[in-house]
Amino acid sequence: MAEVPAQTLPARSLMAFTLASHIILVPLGVALPLITLIMHGYGLRRGDATALLLARRWSAVMAVQFAIGVVTGTVLSFEFGLLWPGLMGRWGDVFGIGFGVEAWAFFLESVLIAIYLYGWRRLPPRTHFLLGLPLPAVALLGAFGILAANSWMNTPRGFSLDAAGNPVDVRIWKAIFTPMFGPQYWHFVVAMLVTAGYVVAGVYAVGWLRGRRDRYHRLGFTVPFTVAAVFTPVQFVLGDAIARQVFQKQPVKFAAMEIVWETDTHVPEYLFGRLHPDGSISGGIRIPQLDSILAGFSPDTKVTGLTSVPASDRPTATQATIAHWAFDIMVGIGSVLALLALWYAVVWLRRRRLPASPWFYRCAAVAGVASVVAVECGWITTEVGRQPWIVYGNMRVAEAVTSTRAGSLWIMFGLIVLVYVLVFAAFLVVLLRMRTRWRLADTADGTAAEAPETDTPYGPRSAALAKGAPGTRGADDAPPGGGRP
Amino acid sequence: MITGVIAVVLLLAVAAYACAGGTDYGAGFWDLTAGGAERGKRPRWLIDHAMAPVWEVNNVWLIFVLVIMWTGFPRFFQQVFTAMWLPLALAAVGIVLRGAGFALRKAARRLAGRRLYGAAFAVSSLLTPFFFGAAVGGVASGRVSQGTEASADAWANPTSVLFGLLAVATTALLGAVFLASDARRFAAPDLEGYFRRRALGALAVVAVLAVITLIVTHGDAPHVWHGLTHGAGLVFVILAAVATAATAWSLIRRSGTWSRIASVGVVASAVVAWGLAQRPYLIPTSLTVAEGAGAETTLRWLGVVTLVSILLVFPAVALLYWLDTHGELESLTDADLRRGGAGDEG
Repeated sequence: MAEVPAQTLPARSLMAFTLASHIILVPLGVALPLITLIMHGYGLRRGDATALLLARRWSAVMAVQFAIGVVTGTVLSFEFGLLWPGLMGRWGDVFGIGFGVEAWAFFLESVLIAIYLYGWRRLPPRTHFLLGLPLPAVALLGAFGILAANSWMNTPRGFSLDAAGNPVDVRIWKAIFTPMFGPQYWHFVVAMLVTAGYVVAGVYAVGWLRGRRDRYHRLGFTVPFTVAAVFTPVQFVLGDAIARQVFQKQPVKFAAMEIVWETDTHVPEYLFGRLHPDGSISGGIRIPQLDSILAGFSPDTKVTGLTSVPASDRPTATQATIAHWAFDIMVGIGSVLALLALWYAVVWLRRRRLPASPWFYRCAAVAGVASVVAVECGWITTEVGRQPWIVYGNMRVAEAVTSTRAGSLWIMFGLIVLVYVLVFAAFLVVLLRMRTRWRLADTADGTAAEAPETDTPYGPRSAALAKGAPGTRGADDAPPGGGRP
Repeated sequence: MITGVIAVVLLLAVAAYACAGGTDYGAGFWDLTAGGAERGKRPRWLIDHAMAPVWEVNNVWLIFVLVIMWTGFPRFFQQVFTAMWLPLALAAVGIVLRGAGFALRKAARRLAGRRLYGAAFAVSSLLTPFFFGAAVGGVASGRVSQGTEASADAWANPTSVLFGLLAVATTALLGAVFLASDARRFAAPDLEGYFRRRALGALAVVAVLAVITLIVTHGDAPHVWHGLTHGAGLVFVILAAVATAATAWSLIRRSGTWSRIASVGVVASAVVAWGLAQRPYLIPTSLTVAEGAGAETTLRWLGVVTLVSILLVFPAVALLYWLDTHGELESLTDADLRRGGAGDEG
């Protein structure tokens, strides 16, 4: 493909890098508030100090994570213009409305999160909890906007083309609710819940393996793990449904995901393996007939192959192999996670307790990382499988790319990688240091009465402010000792 | 009709970002100039404390500006981001450094770490508004048009540089004004005086720069100059001048609330004046609002989305600012995070 401009590679690399980084933070942004609120609600209802302690600490993690997420998210919206001006210039008014919804939802989220994070001390417990309660709903609304835009790029509609090939006669509802929207949205939301649940539970699973088996660790493990385990089988069904939707709505993408070369019936399924430009496949495990069966429940199902469209309209052999591997890894991880959830469910239903085997906790500790990998793979599958289209069937990536010189883009790429590595390393260091501090606090003076409000999770602020303000008397505009019920 | 409404929404979003984000960047500016670790300790403490609950909200305004731009005026968005590639890319990098610096500084314990994050936060607080200002200046002087490639001329010219400096000066003004009244809220009278003096200094710089800018635009950006000196544009220029006088007066009279309102008035009127001066163009004199607008259906829906969100968002933002200014929002300390429960064995 000689007509691909030199800017495409750096632009695509930069976008891929920033999105792949941002997506690590998304599960925590979308689903951690929900998990924290479940813990918070449980703590309030039962008067459980341990649960409230966990909720408070998780909200501290949420604060750091959300701050980094705001930053990487802002960078992404800049990159739409800096890297893909052609996409935004021609199609911005067709699919941009999803971003409009997202932006407002995000705004609301940042307001509510600020109130929730900084409201622990001074707001009455019930008010504080109720003000946090809309957070999960707002996060879902934000995901709605982003997924509406992405699914539109996969199955664009809601417009007509004029003689010059420009979109006219925009129909917003059709452009938001495209055929891939439903499957993508639910698959994404559930993925976020599952991932956040396993990531948080994984932290406490490690603690469990290291011999910390107090109530704090048990509760910190059980609540997020249960959320994740409940949604894992749901995700299995949704994942299967979306694959079939791709088969129906984007057959060439499906062919890339399954490295199907010629259109045929009785198509075999390959686990991994590598597609070559001549259509041959090396390596991998071949299972006869299975692809047709999975796609249409019958070996007679006809599966469209990559060669059904000209070479310039489909992913290259390398791209197809990447999408295929990402797809297989995602499905593989999902299947193993489903088994883990089953293990948990069986023990719980029969014995009413957590599994005792250390292997269970080893698997649970790895599940967090594995589900993040699965999220990355799912995203690679959908983005690489769509190539060479930025707007499926309507605009190639090469047509959308900026005219800025490739050299400048590479420099920007290097700069962003450098900055992101520093930011994410610092993010990790901060989280680890928070953990260490808390652990030291728990072992050293867990029962010591340090603050005046030791007995209640909420209370007046006076003492701590004086500590935080070097050299002032730390007065406050609230009446002294103005505790709330 | 709807095109005009969305253009006004865009302008108001820019004004909101200039005020909210500006205050935020201004705090970074004063962080940068606060001096060494020991001397700057108390101002930095106030900056950290006052900004923490609201800085994310302040910066989300920028995302609106971008979204309204590409959804409502896609061609405008395309042209600006193509021609202003470098300043906008640098602004984006500045945003990363700044946000990360601010967020991570609080969590860093050692002085070296705090210094590094603090420096990243402070320097990028200066560069980001400058490059935004420079990009706006390039647009105002008509240096962006259909097919303009990324070039230094688009943003390295008298109007751009002045707009950039003006942006930095206004953030310094807003930052100092807000910090001065925060100092009162946090009962630190010495810091109130400290920031009030700086606010007055910044106000003087803003006024001088504004006059120079007006003179330079006469030759360099004639369309905008004409708009600023006639009709509705002139009204807002006068309003900005009156607000400047009011800010000075209320700073001298030590009225925290009034100086906040007046300083926001200065910035908002200046932004609105610039927007009105550009009429009927998005980019003088090559792209009109009507030409740059997206599909009418989209604009109508963008209006609906905006309306619904105003109904949802405004109460929430009002609540946040109310809670914040009434001292109801306090960050949890380590003591809070280790209280109770942790010791009980299950």
